[in-house]
Amino acid sequence: MTDRPRIVLGLGVFLVLAAYPVWSALASSAPPERPELERATDSIGCVEDTLWMKAHHADLLNEWRTSVVREGTRTYVSTSGRTWDMSLTGTCMSCHKSREAFCERCHTYADVTPTCWNCHVPPEGGLR
Amino acid sequence: MNESRRRFLKELGCTVLGAGVALPLLDPTRLGTDVGKAASRPAAGGARASAAAAASSRQWAMVVDVEKCLREDVRNACVEACDRAHNVPRIPDPKEEVKWIWSERYEGVFPDEVHAHTPAATREAPVLVLCNHCTDPACVKVCPTGATFKRESDGIVMMDMHRCIGCRYCMAACPYGARSFNWRDPRPWIETDASGKPASDYPTRTRGVVEKCDFCSERLRVGQTPACVEAANAVQGGEGALTFGEVSDPDSDVSRLLAERNTVCRKVRLGTGPNVYYILPGATPAGDGRA
Repeated sequence: MTDRPRIVLGLGVFLVLAAYPVWSALASSAPPERPELERATDSIGCVEDTLWMKAHHADLLNEWRTSVVREGTRTYVSTSGRTWDMSLTGTCMSCHKSREAFCERCHTYADVTPTCWNCHVPPEGGLR
Repeated sequence: MNESRRRFLKELGCTVLGAGVALPLLDPTRLGTDVGKAASRPAAGGARASAAAAASSRQWAMVVDVEKCLREDVRNACVEACDRAHNVPRIPDPKEEVKWIWSERYEGVFPDEVHAHTPAATREAPVLVLCNHCTDPACVKVCPTGATFKRESDGIVMMDMHRCIGCRYCMAACPYGARSFNWRDPRPWIETDASGKPASDYPTRTRGVVEKCDFCSERLRVGQTPACVEAANAVQGGEGALTFGEVSDPDSDVSRLLAERNTVCRKVRLGTGPNVYYILPGATPAGDGRA
């Protein structure tokens, strides 16, 4: 049992390193600032409830994509009974007029990189 | 290990092995479909294509009047309109270029129609080519992800860029070379205005996907004809160079032309059932010689 101190020391170092995300977050002073999103410019209301959209817009867009491209159905009936044209650039971006100020700010904050704009043309132009 | 346990394990192994080999053979549904497939497989591709045509209710088609398309301004108008409508990049390197509709030499378009005594002028005459939206498309058969598919509602061979993984099997399978691969991000080669907006809001493509003509499905949806057809008709003397319509509708312009004129398709022997038809010139074409 002569290796005991070394093993204990090694375990200690491992635990400290493994817990890096925890203690670094605790040590940092303030949480990052929440992104300031540009509000929709039109007051026609969103396709679905705002809170639901915050959580599920990606699922909704995936559903629309499959429906439009594969099944040829372009009309979406929302839970409130309103009908919408299933179109990212035609419907969503007609109110949310800026990719940068609406999509990107929040995606940067959430550290996600969807590939929508690799192909779809953003309303403000600026192909990258 | 005692004897009975050893024997039990041996017997268990044999049972599992035996069942694994025997069950698929005994499965009647599987046996039935295999036999059915073999029996119903037609000998020639042509028969198969016509069977599929009968199954599909609607089919868009195009008739190209080769003589009217000998004029360079007519062909250029078509290509230009298509490129602008779909944000097709203009990549100068022919190895990487992206084409939806373009000009090809007659002898390349109709290799079975040329022979030792075909005049050079005919061989070199430019012919407009595009995706044939085949009745039995080879590209659709080979696509491993279903990214390219034959739309049942109107027979257009569609591309779902979201699903394309860039394997290029479809390019190998297409006998008409109608598909282009994006070897790099096409956006730097797409014409934009000062604010970086391209000519159309049609989605550009991205590196690693295959693209091709889709008969302007986005324009058809709103009741317009394909951009190339509209552009050709707008050119003085180019009216009727391209005719678009439903081949499944006996009263359409396309059906009327097919009934009245002598038309050909590209490489019909292959059995893909092309839906782009060509009216060949009556005499030796006097084209400008630039394909």
